[in-house]
Amino acid sequence: MRPVYMISGGLTKFTKAEPRKSFRVMVKEAFDYAMRDCPKLTLDRIDGTVVSYFSDHFTRQLMAGIMAVDMCGLVPKPSIRVEGGGSTGGLCFQEAWRHVASGWMDCVVAMGFEVMSHVNTWKGNEFIALASDTNFDYPVGGFYSGYYAMMVVRHMHEFGTTVEQMAKVSVKNHRNALHNKWAQHHYDLTVEDVRRSPMVAYPLTMLDICTMSDGAAVAILASEKVAEKLCENPVRVLAVGQGTDAMRMSDRPHGEVPLLKHEDANWYKGLKYPGVHSFRAGRMASKMAYEKAGIEDPREELDFVELHDAYTSSEIQTYEDMGLCRYGQGGKFIDAGKPELTGSLPVNPSGGLLACGHPVGATGLMQAVFAFWQLQGNIARHNDGDGSFQVKQKRGMDRRPMRGAIHSHAGTGTYVTVSILESTRSPMAFGA
Amino acid sequence: MKSKAAAKKTATAGRAKANGPKPVYGKVRLPETDQGAVVFRTDPLIIKDHYEIDYIHSYGEDSPFFTGLAQGKLMGSECTGCGYRFATPRAYCMACGGPTRWIELPLEGRVHTWTTCYFGSEAFLKETPFNLALVEFDGVNTLLLVRLLGVTEKEIRVGLPVKAKFRRLAQFKPTDVYFIPTEKA
Repeated sequence: MRPVYMISGGLTKFTKAEPRKSFRVMVKEAFDYAMRDCPKLTLDRIDGTVVSYFSDHFTRQLMAGIMAVDMCGLVPKPSIRVEGGGSTGGLCFQEAWRHVASGWMDCVVAMGFEVMSHVNTWKGNEFIALASDTNFDYPVGGFYSGYYAMMVVRHMHEFGTTVEQMAKVSVKNHRNALHNKWAQHHYDLTVEDVRRSPMVAYPLTMLDICTMSDGAAVAILASEKVAEKLCENPVRVLAVGQGTDAMRMSDRPHGEVPLLKHEDANWYKGLKYPGVHSFRAGRMASKMAYEKAGIEDPREELDFVELHDAYTSSEIQTYEDMGLCRYGQGGKFIDAGKPELTGSLPVNPSGGLLACGHPVGATGLMQAVFAFWQLQGNIARHNDGDGSFQVKQKRGMDRRPMRGAIHSHAGTGTYVTVSILESTRSPMAFGA
Repeated sequence: MKSKAAAKKTATAGRAKANGPKPVYGKVRLPETDQGAVVFRTDPLIIKDHYEIDYIHSYGEDSPFFTGLAQGKLMGSECTGCGYRFATPRAYCMACGGPTRWIELPLEGRVHTWTTCYFGSEAFLKETPFNLALVEFDGVNTLLLVRLLGVTEKEIRVGLPVKAKFRRLAQFKPTDVYFIPTEKA
């Protein structure tokens, strides 16, 4: 595998409903944004595309991928659609990485979208729930918020995690988004606000859950040679990792924790893993990505994480899967303020899915775009001059380049991707 | 619009040319209907677009679970290779890939985890609030997703002993079985 770089990114502002534009035009606008941000890149330089969108039910347009590609003027070049539930965007990013890393292509556009507003919210929940076993799970009361609620009820039982700790995640992510013009919700919340909002599935309230949205996002990846030629400030895709687990939560085993390098088996004596309290796919994806990137301790060697916070609960569970804290310590991790923008390891500085929304096929690529801008030091440039959520490098300037991880997650932890991105700028540029 | 004379000329020419394509007389148009459209707004134009489908859904290898429910039995799977026991049946073992055989599950278990849904998918919205539970059984390695009745959010807890009840008239859905607390919660 050869080195791969992200050379540009673009997105539309995600919104609950964007009836003025079809998915093709949303993708085109995100693509044009990325092309404008990398002026030396011309259409003839692009070798092909990878397109991601989750549900044909929402679009009611089969082969929508090719329609997005032809709208961008990228036919007759090769293209493929990628789908994997909530992690569709993350999988798309990694497939584009493989296109380049393998040497098959030198420059690839990963483009993702979802249009979820063409049905009402509850019908949309029904479509999403069809991504659960339709013999055994969907007919019992297919509702993803219910599934995640059951997972966190078990997390609360195992580890003593509280609803207030979950609410703090919502407060944090919405606060981070207050200065992000790309975010959909600009809410200045308190823990009480989160708990007082309508209960959806105990213990998850409306403000514990992200918004179904319309939107598109694009990431452009290239080989080292092309990146050097076309981009003044590329970002290295240092490593990718991926994991899976059984579709049915009922099938999840009760075994042992696959340990990260910095972990000790003694920490988890007697813990039945993953059960339904943790996401084994998230652990496997993290483990693979860290090993390939040579990361020994993610708590020290990552500067920020953009992770899949479809639910406040899954953000807490993901802290643990990614080894940002020990299993069982996710609630204390947010209590201690560590994932805050000013904390030791900022998580979702953009505001994440909770504040930006979750147009499924675009979401994982949105994370890539935010991480790309962070690692270029360009948040302010893309945010009307407001760099409030630009992450600072946390340690001495003489150490490694600045790094971030992006984490994309599908249905109750069935597919999870973790990709590690690294700046090519001097650490000094970030005022370490 | 053509003049009468011109129209007549065309008609004459048509009759004269017996083997050629016949000219079109009268009105050729789609029949008008009173279907119309439900319009939500006009800029951009948003209309209602109805879609409906009946599937011919086969339960395939899972069929004995559903016919079992109609007989008041809970059928699970046991791996013939490694002995792993699944409360939610599956044809092949997730641990070793071996084929499974059908086993009868106990009708009593405990709540492994649970929730109460106050909203739901459109199909289930009218049934809210309802409880979902993953049930664990002694001697079985995996869980079963069910509706939990006869108990409110405040009363449910992890570990609550529950027992299976079956619909008298089966619908051949996994909801033909539901659980209730074994004792007063």
